[in-house]
Amino acid sequence: MATLELQGIRKSFGTTHVLHGIDLAVAEGEMIVIVGASGCGKSTLLRIVAGLETATEGRVIIAGADVTRLEPKDRDIAMVFQNYALYPHMSVFDNMAYGLKIRGLPKAEIRARVQQTADLLGIGQLLERKPRQLSGGQRQRVAMGRAIVREPKLFLFDEPLSNLDAKLRVQMRAEIKRLQRRLGVTSLFVTHDQVEAMTLGDRLVVMHEGRAEQVATPMEIWRAPANTYVAGFIGAPAMNFLAAELVEGGAAAKLKAGATIAFADGVHPGGEGAPLIVGIRPEHIQAGSGPGSLPLKVDLVEPLGAESLIHGALPSGETLTVRMSDCSPLAGSVLPVVLPPASLHVFDAEGRRIEAVRRRERTAAAGAVGA
Amino acid sequence: MRKRVIFNDKGLPYLLLAPQLAITFVFFFWPAGQAIWFSFLRQDAFGIRTTFVGLENFVELFQDPLYLASAWNTVVFSFWVTLVSMAVALGLAVLADRHIRGAGVYKTLLIWPYAIAPAVAAVLWIFIFHPQVGLLGRFLREIGIAWDYKLNGGQAMLVVIVASAWNQIPYNFLFFLAGLQSIPKSVLEAAAIDGASAQRRFWTVIFPLLSPTTFFLLVVNIVFAFFGTFGVIDALTKGGPAKATETLIYKAYIDGRVNLDLGSSSAQSVVLMLTVILLTAIQFRYIERKVHY
Amino acid sequence: MMHGPIDATRLAAAERAAMKAEAARRRTDIVTHAILILGVVLFALPIWIVLMGSTHDVGTIARGEVPLLPGPYAVQNYLTALGEGSARTTRVPVALMMVNSFIMALLITVGKIAISLTSAYAVVFFSFPGRMVAFWSIFITLMLPVEVRIFPTFKVVSDLGMINTYGGLIIPLIASATATLLFRQFFLTIPDELVEAAKIDGAGPLRFFKDVVLPLSVTNIAALFVILFVYGWNQYLWPLLVTTSGDVETIVIGIVRMIGSEADTDWNLVMATAVLALLPPVAVVILMQRWFVKGLVETEK
Repeated sequence: MATLELQGIRKSFGTTHVLHGIDLAVAEGEMIVIVGASGCGKSTLLRIVAGLETATEGRVIIAGADVTRLEPKDRDIAMVFQNYALYPHMSVFDNMAYGLKIRGLPKAEIRARVQQTADLLGIGQLLERKPRQLSGGQRQRVAMGRAIVREPKLFLFDEPLSNLDAKLRVQMRAEIKRLQRRLGVTSLFVTHDQVEAMTLGDRLVVMHEGRAEQVATPMEIWRAPANTYVAGFIGAPAMNFLAAELVEGGAAAKLKAGATIAFADGVHPGGEGAPLIVGIRPEHIQAGSGPGSLPLKVDLVEPLGAESLIHGALPSGETLTVRMSDCSPLAGSVLPVVLPPASLHVFDAEGRRIEAVRRRERTAAAGAVGA
Repeated sequence: MRKRVIFNDKGLPYLLLAPQLAITFVFFFWPAGQAIWFSFLRQDAFGIRTTFVGLENFVELFQDPLYLASAWNTVVFSFWVTLVSMAVALGLAVLADRHIRGAGVYKTLLIWPYAIAPAVAAVLWIFIFHPQVGLLGRFLREIGIAWDYKLNGGQAMLVVIVASAWNQIPYNFLFFLAGLQSIPKSVLEAAAIDGASAQRRFWTVIFPLLSPTTFFLLVVNIVFAFFGTFGVIDALTKGGPAKATETLIYKAYIDGRVNLDLGSSSAQSVVLMLTVILLTAIQFRYIERKVHY
Repeated sequence: MMHGPIDATRLAAAERAAMKAEAARRRTDIVTHAILILGVVLFALPIWIVLMGSTHDVGTIARGEVPLLPGPYAVQNYLTALGEGSARTTRVPVALMMVNSFIMALLITVGKIAISLTSAYAVVFFSFPGRMVAFWSIFITLMLPVEVRIFPTFKVVSDLGMINTYGGLIIPLIASATATLLFRQFFLTIPDELVEAAKIDGAGPLRFFKDVVLPLSVTNIAALFVILFVYGWNQYLWPLLVTTSGDVETIVIGIVRMIGSEADTDWNLVMATAVLALLPPVAVVILMQRWFVKGLVETEK
């Protein structure tokens, strides 16, 4: 168990800049999930923490010690790989014992530790098998076991669930969370799957083009995304974005699509007529006519069972996705919709979140970085 | 293509490469360089004075009727060895590829002669072709044919071609068989459903699909006939009679080792090197874009 | 839908056609077998003659009575060949030649595999100045087979005083671009993650080589071992150049030197020696056919 601190990590391959200065402080026993689309630099960041890649600039500090220049083996970390990376010619036992053997532990202790870990993971009866004789889920457990048995300061997970089928993935996800809680080892978990990120992480790091767009708890990120990228990335189906401008001295937004909506949380900073982007999640939109309602011309309805996804266009030409139960309009019909003011997210023209003036304290707590 | 993950040790890779590179430099590059250098020099009769003569050794070489004759021998010899060994091997491979009982046994029985050294293969064929102690040789003489490959140049050429081709057939057989077995069965079934006869199927479907294998074997066989058959010739005919079976490689050996003609032998080495480079280049072009697609 | 007699006639016709096709297929099968057996016999005949001849006395063969059945002199011929050699020509015992051939083949094989493994490992798993130069230096030797540099290489070896030594016989043949390329190709297929896992487990480059790369290369090593052993055993031109004394003479060289003029050749011993010369490589190929085929196919990729 240990803390991890990243200070101004930058990485370039030649003239390509992959990471633009990442800062992160991880508390003891915390599970941090780094999430982002492919190519956002999340794996590179993890590999820099592991010591498999060298940062161009910045420092990696594990348990208070600067390990930036150390080889992976001297960092006391363990890693679970996407394709498991089990040694194909070694038995499950040897796979798990290899790191301990290299560190010169006594045979009896190695045996005891491997057995104990294997029992913990429910693979105690597979120790003599070779990796090719195991199912995907079992391999995944062996890969976990190899990491756990070392009792490292830090666990690193590099998309360890993405090679599993959907059902097993959900099951292993819960299992990893339980194990991590139980062992209390500080962990860094990389994934591109936002559901995995939301369910696993104590806190998330949402990465985009080499920057950490936001570092916060899953619920904070969902409730108050720091910018339009994070807002669009977290949540499915993705948040709707509509063009608007600030009116009534910052107290309301006039949508390009027609209506003017008064903010529920008070005055937003900015000049009269300043361009805004207003975001609203599909599940927060309600059906209903009356003042402030917008006519949505429906072009596709996707029934999901309990709910339906309704895709359509507003008079401004902007598309809107609505998720609602017990409402199934026909394609081609016009559905009047209302955007409840309390559910609006307000962003400036560059996509940065704008909070109402009197709620500024909360913004600071969200700890937005990078923007 | 290269690995993303590497070890960072500074000295170790050099240590790991040292033995291979040392041998390569001492026994490959140094002699090859010397050959190129010496090919521009000439020693006097006593081997005392050496003078730079430019391309004169090469000019002489290509004006030397003996050298041109051995070049022609090499062409004739290589052509027939390649043709015979590839044709026979292809025929046998097509038959062994049919799903008959015991196909695996035939494969084993046809592969092993490849393990026999060319020189030993030549010794085996002595007991077939030798006019006194050879089975066929004696038979031919008994029915009145003047058979003696030690006196008749044409017969000598025939004998070295047969022994060399015999030695190379298993190799070709193996590769043709592998090539045939990699042709998807569905393609053949489609051709059969289209109503193509067995013979037509072979020439319009199988043979074109085998063309990468065929081309590869063509180069390998030419290289074998050029360089690998030295033992056959040395054991059977020693290049004779009257240099009738003296190939380029055999002549280079005689001039370098026996006649100790420094300049000419070096020039011959250089010509041979250029030949190998040419053949290798052809092979790489082929690897780049497979022949039949 | 049609029923009854028409169906029956149709069935009968179909059955007849099927039987005809079956008969035709059986006929072609017989022809196929016949040709293949002919091929096998053609391949076996020279060896059969030599095998049988090696069990007769010298007179029988010299008189040209090529025997096709075993004679009574097998033990005597083989013992003479192994123990004394051909008294009328080289006088080198074949047992000594076989030992020489065996040493040469084994050392060439082990040497080639060892230095190819390490150089491929260096080229694939390390990044260092001169890496590409080293790779191309090895690669280019493909274009310099010993046959094309006979004289200059002989000169270098003789300048180094290595004529008539095992060193001179073996070391120049050990460099191998083919084996290096094969191992390089294979090493490139080892997943990066495996190296990373080993690094995190604490393995350094030598440990990774010993614990992971070598065990994973076993099949490739076995395949190469078979073809390189055959290659080494069958060397002819190079031993011919660098050995002039019987002490280091190999059996492939020895057998050719045993053949003198018709009058003073111990044909029965030549035949026995031929059998002894082809037996080890043939045995290796037959017993390890799977590896042999794999080795041949892999090295030519």
